[in-house]
Amino acid sequence: MKYVCTICGYVYDPEIGDPDNGVAAGTAWDDVPDDYECPVCGAGKEDFEPES
Amino acid sequence: MKPVQIAEGIYDVGVNDWNIRDFHGYSTYLGTSYNAFLIVDEKIALIDTVKKEFADQLIANISQIVDPRKIDLVISNHTEMDHSGGLARVMHRVGEDKPLYCSKMGHKNLQRHFPQNWNYQAVGTGDELSLGRRTLAFMETKMLHWPDSMFTYLKEDKILFSSDAFGQHYAGQEKFDDVVGDRIMPHAKKYFANILMVYGPRVLKLMEQVQSLGLEFKMICPDHGVLWRDNPAKIIDAYVRWSKQEAKKKAVVVYDTMWHSTEKMADAIASGLAAAGVDARPMHLRKWHRSDIMTEVLDAKAIIVGSPTLNNNLFPTIADFLTYMKGLKPAGKLGAAFGSYGWSGEAVKFINRELEAMDFELVDPGLRHQYIPEQDALEKCYQLGVKIGEMVGAQTA
Repeated sequence: MKYVCTICGYVYDPEIGDPDNGVAAGTAWDDVPDDYECPVCGAGKEDFEPES
Repeated sequence: MKPVQIAEGIYDVGVNDWNIRDFHGYSTYLGTSYNAFLIVDEKIALIDTVKKEFADQLIANISQIVDPRKIDLVISNHTEMDHSGGLARVMHRVGEDKPLYCSKMGHKNLQRHFPQNWNYQAVGTGDELSLGRRTLAFMETKMLHWPDSMFTYLKEDKILFSSDAFGQHYAGQEKFDDVVGDRIMPHAKKYFANILMVYGPRVLKLMEQVQSLGLEFKMICPDHGVLWRDNPAKIIDAYVRWSKQEAKKKAVVVYDTMWHSTEKMADAIASGLAAAGVDARPMHLRKWHRSDIMTEVLDAKAIIVGSPTLNNNLFPTIADFLTYMKGLKPAGKLGAAFGSYGWSGEAVKFINRELEAMDFELVDPGLRHQYIPEQDALEKCYQLGVKIGEMVGAQTA
């Protein structure tokens, strides 16, 4: 499932991951590290919500 | 504007933009200023620049204090072009190889504004930079209000260079809060309502972080308007209040009208609100700028929106306003819709949908009236105002 940053609107897509920030393609949201920060605005993992 | 010494060896070298009246869709009746700060220590630092067309004025201001070529480093707290637009001229004068300090996101974002391959030095929260006798500390303030935003804090002098935070769109000869007095507060409130309201929760987090770090502020220097030196706590307290969107016993009736029918309904609703002891003002969207209405929305408990139905749709100004308000994320509001129509009357339904999307509590299905509202219809509007007014009264202190 995709997750959206509620601060800036960035969408985390598990198929793509966030390789620039050490999250490999194919990483499910639950497996993204707790200290992950939104690559666009720096919000914390807790600021993401499932995409509706 | 001449440079203003704000503390020993520290100057505001920014400029007044007396004539700007529309700042990316925000009305600036009194213009604004782009503040930039020069710190003359063993090293000389420039914090932020100005809008591109004022770059020569900035350089002239700097030249009254030092030769710009003697500036050792430049700091960009924020990439937005009213503060970075002057960078190209400034770096050219200061020296293209001089270090340019900014946040990590600032580095990314400045590169998307300027082709020059400057000597970027990305810094983050906790990083410090010695100027000799004085030390600058950086603090990232992501999304307050861009990803690149950061604060620069002058430790020994306890001066915070806060970028857009705590700013006001205000051009004046007065450069300090104690000189201009309380009449600056509505401008600070308008700035918060239109730029920062959506980031209220982040403002509160930042305030907690500032407190836990034990940072004290003798002076807060934003990049727009006057500097807070007399009582910086006043603007900080106001930011906490505004970030929580604490509502007063207040409602805003915002509407547009074609043949005065929706206007009559707005007036009757506002009368009902007033009868229930609620401060209420009908605000016509072609008489009031959307940014002034948002300033009132910030501390209102109820927002009642009225639109005529035009060609089966909302009146365009209402659609404009609803889109604008939605983006700023007002929280904890009561809402209702009303409007006159000729034959189809979809506007109320569309307003309700938008208010629900903003998580407003819809307190009524809304009032639609075909053609001209006579006494009976206006009495219903008045009663709606009374009903909402009583709810506002019950839910606000």
